[in-house]
Amino acid sequence: MAYLQSLSGMYWPLVWSLAGIIAIVLPLMIGVAYLTYAERKVIGYMQVRIGPNRVGYKGLLQPIADAVKLLMKEIVIPTGANKFLFVLAPVLTIAPALAAWAVIPFSPQLVLANVDAGLLYIMAITSMGVYGVIIAGWASNSKYAFLGSLRSAAQIVSYEIAMGFALVGVLMASHSLNLVDIVNGQHGGIFNWYWLPLFPMFVVYLIAGVAETNRAPFDVAEGESEIVAGFHVEYSGMAFAVFFLAEYANMILISALTAIMFLGGWNPLFDVAPLNWIPGFVWLMLKIGFVLFLFLWFRATFPRYRYDQIMRLGWKVFIPVTLVWVVVVGAVMQTPLAFLVH
Amino acid sequence: MDFLTGVFYFFSAILLFSGFRVITTRNPVHAALFLVLAFFSASGIWLTLEAEFLAISLVLVYVGAVMVLFLFVVMMLDINIDRLREGFWSYMPLASFVATMLVIEMSIVVGSRSFGLNVVPAPVPHPAGYSNTRELGRLLYTDYVYPFELAAVILLVAIVAAIALTMRRRKNTRYQNPAQQVKVKRNQRVRLVSMPADQPSSTKS
Repeated sequence: MAYLQSLSGMYWPLVWSLAGIIAIVLPLMIGVAYLTYAERKVIGYMQVRIGPNRVGYKGLLQPIADAVKLLMKEIVIPTGANKFLFVLAPVLTIAPALAAWAVIPFSPQLVLANVDAGLLYIMAITSMGVYGVIIAGWASNSKYAFLGSLRSAAQIVSYEIAMGFALVGVLMASHSLNLVDIVNGQHGGIFNWYWLPLFPMFVVYLIAGVAETNRAPFDVAEGESEIVAGFHVEYSGMAFAVFFLAEYANMILISALTAIMFLGGWNPLFDVAPLNWIPGFVWLMLKIGFVLFLFLWFRATFPRYRYDQIMRLGWKVFIPVTLVWVVVVGAVMQTPLAFLVH
Repeated sequence: MDFLTGVFYFFSAILLFSGFRVITTRNPVHAALFLVLAFFSASGIWLTLEAEFLAISLVLVYVGAVMVLFLFVVMMLDINIDRLREGFWSYMPLASFVATMLVIEMSIVVGSRSFGLNVVPAPVPHPAGYSNTRELGRLLYTDYVYPFELAAVILLVAIVAAIALTMRRRKNTRYQNPAQQVKVKRNQRVRLVSMPADQPSSTKS
């Protein structure tokens, strides 16, 4: 290590950060690939089918076959499309989904950038994901893509507010914007995690997370039965695959955030002997996996929301609920019962 | 030139370029996107001043919310550039007067006499545990609590006024009442008709 450090000299911080970024993005991309496989398998079994089982042992090579297929396909740029923005849109969608991982802690020490305003950074970066959707719809020069992008953008903007207020509750409970401190504030077993004192916010965050990533039952942006496939209808080949990657990367990101903010991060389920021998990293992965399973479960269970119902739920139910709970948490913190919210 | 100066000039160059493109580009959607780039570079410059709360809030509020709505509206407009340029020369004298006044005022403020390094020194580097967010919150809710709350009330009044002005109720709009939809029972929607199971004899061969 010291030899490497002397070799790269003043560029050492740069090299080190680059290595960290690769160490996060590469497993994330593999995770995305196998999340698509898991989705098809889980939904398959829920619908009493088998799911992919031809490529490799029990279909385990299916994601790789899909990736190769998409790479070989031609990227068609429609006539009248704005070429530069058309190509830029997928990049703008996936960049925030990856950039947000910079501040996600995997264990008390294992974090790429342990910044103080980590929670704010996450909110700012994830709020930029909507640009990719809007630009994709506009640059395609197609009415279906445009309608899909309008729906999707309105939905993302509405649910972002509720998500932000839910995170305000976490901020109040933990007295910190630093994600490592937030997890440390939930030290202990399942009853010390923030999902219990902030239960309404936990529910709102989970559901708003599903809406934010445009997943079923909130996938009116895609709405196959109404507007073909939404904002990415004109995309093909790898450009479409990048949108696909971004959607799944966002799902993993939201799951990781839910695990860190509300489900105790790397803290074991119960702080007793056999359970706290398991390393914290494994606990975090288990929790992320659990939330991801919920995403797939929702998709297999619920029918799609109507558009006005989505807007009503976001503005008239979620935002008031979180606002009231912010006041409740604030009031409880001034009483002798403050230990309830830590 | 150290690293921080290089970062400053990098962001400033992008900021000036994108600011210039906002007013020169012909396509309004491009102009809005250049404005987004300008906000982003400005936030980068604020980060070099250790004002991370303001920098991230700029991205969160302006890039994440305001410009999205702006783009939303601009995208749906069918703007004819030639129509917009029609009155260009008639507005020119007034516009140039306003622009000159702005330049004079800014040069007074930003001039070296009142804005140099000896008047406004570079911020002292803060110790490791310093939190810009905590410090701002403390100041806003102690020393500046009345101006801050006053600004909040004014904003609230503006929101209420804007909604009151733009809200119109059309008589022929039809609403769904979700509570009624949820409460609906099967027998309000479906009527079971019992029919005798018979087969018309004519189809038999």
